[in-house]
Amino acid sequence: MSDFLAMGGYGGYVWGSYAVFFIVLAIDALAPRAQRRRVLSELRGRLLRRRPRPTQVP
Amino acid sequence: MNILTLWFHKLGSPPTFYRIAGWLMPWCYGLALVTGVAGLYGGLVQAPADYQQGDAYRIIFIHVPSAWMGLFGYFFMAANAFVALVWRIKLSEVLAMASAPAGASFTFITLVTGSLWGKPMWGTWWTWDARLTSELVLLFLYLGVIGLYHAIEDRRQAARAAGFLALVGVVNVPIVHFSVNWWNTLHQGSTVRLFGPSSIVPSMLWPLLLMAIATHLWFFGTVLARTRTGLLEVDGGKDWVRRIVLADDAGPSAPAASERSHV
Repeated sequence: MSDFLAMGGYGGYVWGSYAVFFIVLAIDALAPRAQRRRVLSELRGRLLRRRPRPTQVP
Repeated sequence: MNILTLWFHKLGSPPTFYRIAGWLMPWCYGLALVTGVAGLYGGLVQAPADYQQGDAYRIIFIHVPSAWMGLFGYFFMAANAFVALVWRIKLSEVLAMASAPAGASFTFITLVTGSLWGKPMWGTWWTWDARLTSELVLLFLYLGVIGLYHAIEDRRQAARAAGFLALVGVVNVPIVHFSVNWWNTLHQGSTVRLFGPSSIVPSMLWPLLLMAIATHLWFFGTVLARTRTGLLEVDGGKDWVRRIVLADDAGPSAPAASERSHV
């Protein structure tokens, strides 16, 4: 196992690369989720401003 | 209109594509994870060490697929920008702009992993040779497209302006690809060929190809996710978007569904 982690002495370079790969791709996949929430709440705000809230109608 | 053009028109309509993308997206991510895990197992555990580079060469399994995706992403973005500029198809505008951040991510990974690979093998993090410089230009083109898109208020005008920039920048794609043949460079030439034999052993080739499939699927997963959001943005006032926004209203911050059902 420690042999595997050492990567023949290149462990830092190899695992550093893989860390960058996973972190950047995770951000790449999570960013659209945050953006979607932002756009939906923006649109909801615009929608509610344009017309009275349906819940206020008895 | 024949059935094919009819189908094409239907697929190109934002509400239909939004629905199909929502269905495809989890498949893209899921299959990307499966093929990625298999590819990484093959690359990190199964494949033997390189006779010259030892274990450092294992960076290839993320560096090369990311580099392919940087170029593929640019091509995909430019093709959609072309369709958007010529035929003014809304979906193409959104698709083009959705692929820019994904392509930029892969190009960034390529540059950083290449640097981490270059240090132990070449003795330097960076050198201004043709392959590395043109890859950096590729990243700047992506960032330029993203920046221009966000600098203009109107979403559709922004997409057209940024799409035009993306089209101009397409000249860089063949430069990146052929730079190792056209100029003398530290960077090695390609070892995997679509046509003709690859100069890489099968035990290293199959993990590389699996990783290539995984990165393609991941790319399309994030592109579809961004396209869905982009479609909501450009079609903001339309009925189909209103329905989605109101349905989403039933989420955690809204009154519970049970309260609503008996009103």
